[in-house]
Amino acid sequence: MARLLLRRAIHGALIIWLVATATFFLLHLAPGDPIAASLDSPLTPPVVRTHYRHEYGLDQPLSVQYGRWLVMMAHGDFGFSFPHRRPVSSVIASALPNTLLLMGVALLLSFVAGIALGLIQARHRGRPLDWGLGLGSLFFYSMPDFWLALMLLFLFAFVWHVFPVTGMFDPVMYPYYGFWQRVGDRLWHLVLPACTLALLSAAAIARFQRAALLDVAGEDFVLTARAKGVSERGVWLHHVLRNALLPVITLFGLALPVLLGGSVFVEKVFSWPGMGLLTVEAIGTRDYPLLCAAVVIASVLVIGGSFVADALYAVVDPRVRLE
Amino acid sequence: MTSTPAASAPLLSIRDLSTWFHTGGRSVARAVDGVSFDVMPHETVGLVGESGCGKSVTSLSILRLIERPGRIEPGSRIDFEGRDLLSLDDRAIRAIRGNRISMIFQEPMTSLNPVFTVGDQIAEVARVHSTASRREAWERAVDMLQQVGVPAPADRAREYPHQLSGGLRQRAMIAMALMMHPALLIADEPTTALDVTIQAQILELLAELQTRVGMSILLITHDLGVIAESATRVLVMYAGQIVEEAPVRTLFDAAHHPYTEGLLSAMPRLGDRRERLTVIPGTVPSPTQWPAGCRFHDRCAYAWDRCRTDAPPLYQIGAGHVSRCHLAAEPARRRAPAFAAAAPAS
Repeated sequence: MARLLLRRAIHGALIIWLVATATFFLLHLAPGDPIAASLDSPLTPPVVRTHYRHEYGLDQPLSVQYGRWLVMMAHGDFGFSFPHRRPVSSVIASALPNTLLLMGVALLLSFVAGIALGLIQARHRGRPLDWGLGLGSLFFYSMPDFWLALMLLFLFAFVWHVFPVTGMFDPVMYPYYGFWQRVGDRLWHLVLPACTLALLSAAAIARFQRAALLDVAGEDFVLTARAKGVSERGVWLHHVLRNALLPVITLFGLALPVLLGGSVFVEKVFSWPGMGLLTVEAIGTRDYPLLCAAVVIASVLVIGGSFVADALYAVVDPRVRLE
Repeated sequence: MTSTPAASAPLLSIRDLSTWFHTGGRSVARAVDGVSFDVMPHETVGLVGESGCGKSVTSLSILRLIERPGRIEPGSRIDFEGRDLLSLDDRAIRAIRGNRISMIFQEPMTSLNPVFTVGDQIAEVARVHSTASRREAWERAVDMLQQVGVPAPADRAREYPHQLSGGLRQRAMIAMALMMHPALLIADEPTTALDVTIQAQILELLAELQTRVGMSILLITHDLGVIAESATRVLVMYAGQIVEEAPVRTLFDAAHHPYTEGLLSAMPRLGDRRERLTVIPGTVPSPTQWPAGCRFHDRCAYAWDRCRTDAPPLYQIGAGHVSRCHLAAEPARRRAPAFAAAAPAS
């Protein structure tokens, strides 16, 4: 098991390097550069631009730039963001926690809801409840993320005024709140974006979980459990679910990239100051260092997620543990 | 397993059990169709038949483990220890499962849950049926493993099913089944998936535990060899019905029903010089369309007009010996042996 995880870690590092390299070259293939985007005004004398290009090493051959960047990355230095006029690491430090909060809550919500829905459906297989929930999850499963975000925003924030429209906290009242009021206010602002993300992946997880549960429910050991006198509840929650979690754990590794991709749109729609919003802005301003760092961090998150999924597999399935 | 059945009331009494599968449309699979038999205290009853004859469905019906679209039809009756199992509510039938009546299955690999330790799964029985604490239940599980002849039981209990051999897994299943000292053990093909040497060990173990615990065994198998070794009385099932019932000696020496005759002649015996084993021609008919008249008539070498139209009742042949065959009424029709090798050996 330890060897398997070590091999996975080496693979992961390799993939992160590949992703970073590809991103670096793709970005430099695109026309324009950070200087052009920030200083591209007819009023700026060409000398100034040349000066900055030289200062930031943008006049060097691509291979030299790549080499320098790689060395910097290896030292944990993400470089300097021109548009933000501060180090990339500090820009990311203010955005990453917001995204992690949003994704963490969405991930938790989607798995709890997805597994619970799958269980309800499997236990009522073939009956109207199963049918209705299946139809509902298919509805959300096939919906584009940005559209769902807009619709939720429109209905719950604009029409019914149940939840706030944008941001992470109330821009006016927040400084005057006490501690618990602040916590409440933040949670209040978290509901819509987190639910948007959670609904999409919960629908996928529910469909997956239902199928996995029904698969396991036909196994011989489930009959053994019933023949032992175990209650229906015990049979499903103890004997069936534990086995049916295995395929869903794989989904955990796959859900992260989907959530990350979704968070780009969701953060934009809800003006959530996270990595997604930052990335979208960075594309517009040709902020190479920030973009590269964002992509690298995203790939670290995704690979870390599948790494966690592998480790979880071993926790749940004793057969994996011993191989 | 030679203890004679006590002359008292039967432990289990099944009357007109019908378990049908309503698979939608007009077709109804009548897997078990009017089965009646008794199991006396301390007795081992063998239930034999080909796959698809309804023997497993019969055993699952006793514990009401039939799932939709299967249904035990109204008019069926299963009495156990003086209680009508079919009228019990869910909680009451669960209190009987694994406690007064236990089951062991054919595949010891797939019958154990792969993600829990063997000890956990055995201990679960005690936790479900008694107020035993986690620790007490575990200790009883280890003790039970020892009783079924598992070496180093405390270590084995902490292992997962895939770490044990087939024989040990079946012993673990038996330990699980006997945890609460049941009055009846239903063993559904308990040795079919095992090596021949292990088979004998498991049968011996069952016989030994039977005398120790004082339980009855309903042994379901397609293997007449297993029946000969273990059972005192045999029920032969064909196409959802019992076609012959006899004490084990009688069945092997003087089988009456042509189907039983066929089963016996299809069985290899030591010292037998036949080049090929005899087979019963044809296949088991589909439970959605049992043949009219005698359900065996289209595979039977003796069949005549009457067999195609009149469903035979169970004829009394001798003491404790019944047969669902019209030959009982017209014995002259049993001409030259239908199955060449079925002639008496000596």
